[in-house]
Amino acid sequence: MSKRSSSAATNGDLLRRPIQRCFPLFILPTFLCFIIGFIWPFLQGIYLSFCNFNTPRDATWVGIQNYVKGFKDPGFINAFKNTAAFAIVSIIIINVLAFTFAYALTQKIKGSNLFRTVFFMPNLIGGVVLGYVWQLIFDAILRRYNTYLTSNATYGFWGLVILVAWQQIGYMMIIYIAGLQAVPEDMMEAARIDGANRWQTLIHVTIPNVMPSITICTFLTLTNSFKLFDQNMALTGGAPEMMIAGGKVKMTELLALNIFSTYNINKNWHGVAQAKAVVFFILVAVLAIAQQAATRSKEVQQ
Amino acid sequence: MKKLFALLLTLAMVLSLAACGGGKKEEKPADTNAPATETPAATGKVYYLNFKPEADQAWQELAKTYTAQTGVEVKVVTAASGEYNTTLTAEMGKSEAPTLFQCGNAQALLDWGDYCMDLSGTKVLDEMTTGDFNLVEDGAVKAIGYCYEAFGIIVNKALLKTAGYELSDITNFETLKAVAEDIHARSGELGFDAFSSSGLDGSSSWRFSGHLANMPLYYEFRDDGVTEQPATITGAYLDNFRNIWDLYIDNASASKSSLTTATGDMSSGEFKEGKAVFYQNGTWEYAGLIEAGLKAEDLAMIPIYCGADGEENAGLCCGTENCWAVNAKSSEADIQATLDFIYWVVTSDEGTKMMAEQFGPIPFKNAKASENVFFNDANAYMADGKYTVTWAFNHTPNVDSWRATVVSALAAYSADQSDANWDAVKTAFVDGWAYEYGVQNG
Repeated sequence: MSKRSSSAATNGDLLRRPIQRCFPLFILPTFLCFIIGFIWPFLQGIYLSFCNFNTPRDATWVGIQNYVKGFKDPGFINAFKNTAAFAIVSIIIINVLAFTFAYALTQKIKGSNLFRTVFFMPNLIGGVVLGYVWQLIFDAILRRYNTYLTSNATYGFWGLVILVAWQQIGYMMIIYIAGLQAVPEDMMEAARIDGANRWQTLIHVTIPNVMPSITICTFLTLTNSFKLFDQNMALTGGAPEMMIAGGKVKMTELLALNIFSTYNINKNWHGVAQAKAVVFFILVAVLAIAQQAATRSKEVQQ
Repeated sequence: MKKLFALLLTLAMVLSLAACGGGKKEEKPADTNAPATETPAATGKVYYLNFKPEADQAWQELAKTYTAQTGVEVKVVTAASGEYNTTLTAEMGKSEAPTLFQCGNAQALLDWGDYCMDLSGTKVLDEMTTGDFNLVEDGAVKAIGYCYEAFGIIVNKALLKTAGYELSDITNFETLKAVAEDIHARSGELGFDAFSSSGLDGSSSWRFSGHLANMPLYYEFRDDGVTEQPATITGAYLDNFRNIWDLYIDNASASKSSLTTATGDMSSGEFKEGKAVFYQNGTWEYAGLIEAGLKAEDLAMIPIYCGADGEENAGLCCGTENCWAVNAKSSEADIQATLDFIYWVVTSDEGTKMMAEQFGPIPFKNAKASENVFFNDANAYMADGKYTVTWAFNHTPNVDSWRATVVSALAAYSADQSDANWDAVKTAFVDGWAYEYGVQNG
């Protein structure tokens, strides 16, 4: 713009133009990786969802038959319901608790750094390990009441909620702490001077100011709960598996695990699993975009 | 606008590169195929995707020996327990696919039949003493059963003697039940119980949803003359299944509601430590039991008795899921190298020795005798003219899923042995079969 000094302008023109012209060259390595590792498999995946195949090399086109079969599977419908219920419950529990912890730990209490570290730690453990560890914990408790985790769908569902909450609250808490610390001190002071009590300050000053953090955290918890796989597989593996009205349903199975197990039935089902995965992708993408739009609109500029 | 244009150009360039790459890959096998007929077989490589984790070490060593002797590269990869089909699917998709793999039942043949080369007329087939364990489809030998296995109830004879019984006291379900219930009743003073835990964790549940479930399936198929996979079953012998399952869980130290998390290691551990007299498992357990310090003369394997008529004449459950298939889609050189390798395995001194140690008496002319007493028991039953209980469970449709449903129902029944819960087991067994048959062929 006009602010530029003459020497800077020369520098800029001499250096910038060739660089700007060459920009495709600079992004090429990363872009190549992105195509090989993401775009290409994604497009191939969509193609394969319309095919009957054993390995990707021997695919034959069958049209939308795979999608029809996928939606006829009672296990898929059940996994759909499970995932929706799980997402709603875990988004609420994780975000409310994470925010509460973050709020408490930004209140200048002794040892808050230690607490932050401890609460964050579960997030460092892998999902499969957590699944097996919690399975042992739940079973040890339930054994006292002469029952076990996979005896019914309710135990399995709430077990998974507890596990995932325990794992993710620490992570979301860190994001909320960063958000809370960024709330300008003068705003809080102004609120105090105006006579706002703690509750009013929280609702009318703090929360609108941490809205960006809420956007991120709800986005993360939403996509995490939809994509949940390891924990689900290790904790219950979908058990109990029951025959209901002539159809087979894995009572505690979520979508990702359902897709995985569909693929492993036999080669007739590879395409069906692929079709389910495409449906799954569209669902997650639409929800994530809608959620972003909804929370973004509530963010305030500081 | 310019930026967008540049981006599109890059995209086009990258895609064309990728297309080139893809095209080349497709042509490669054809390239190597043509000269393969002229060049000697030694250029081929062997890639064996092994099915049995417990035999992994022996295979690796054998592969090294073969490479040292012939210079032919042999790669052995072992799939994790219960992950064979997943691993095979992944490996078959690669350009360096397994040349030798496992294709052990009707289900596998359905999935991988296209990949199984017809082994008729090969040298290795001529070496076989029986074709009973081979998988044949329309006259083509798709896979060869390179060993067989037997399962039943493993007995610690020393403990049985301590309790005041002999092996000959057990000849049918009633006598087995009487012995087991007496031992269980006196377990406090004896310091051991009748049965080791019947865990329903994934590492143990196959012993019951697969092997024990073979009993009702075998007798039903025998009565109905079933020889091919049936679309539906009746569950005529499910009461017998309930008898034997009740006997297992009622006469063991393990708590019934903890069975879902009880593992196979726990069960074999109890048997190895001398805390249980009976342990349902197969011939493959022998090496582990000897290693744990049990004496060969104290071990025996008896048939699983479940109260079926005439079961005094039953032998052990013999069959196999261990069948070799050669990948028909490999290059000529690799196929030849693979055939040479398995021929060497079943004829050479090193190979037959390893096979005898790991897999027992193999159905090949040069087979070495086995030290495994369980195999000797299996042979003794056959020699006495008792009928072999064949592996009816090889007909199970969508086998993993069917078994999982049975396990869930069995776990619920074990925690509360009510008639209503047994009805759920029946549903899982009978309705589950029909449903999975539809899924498998759907």
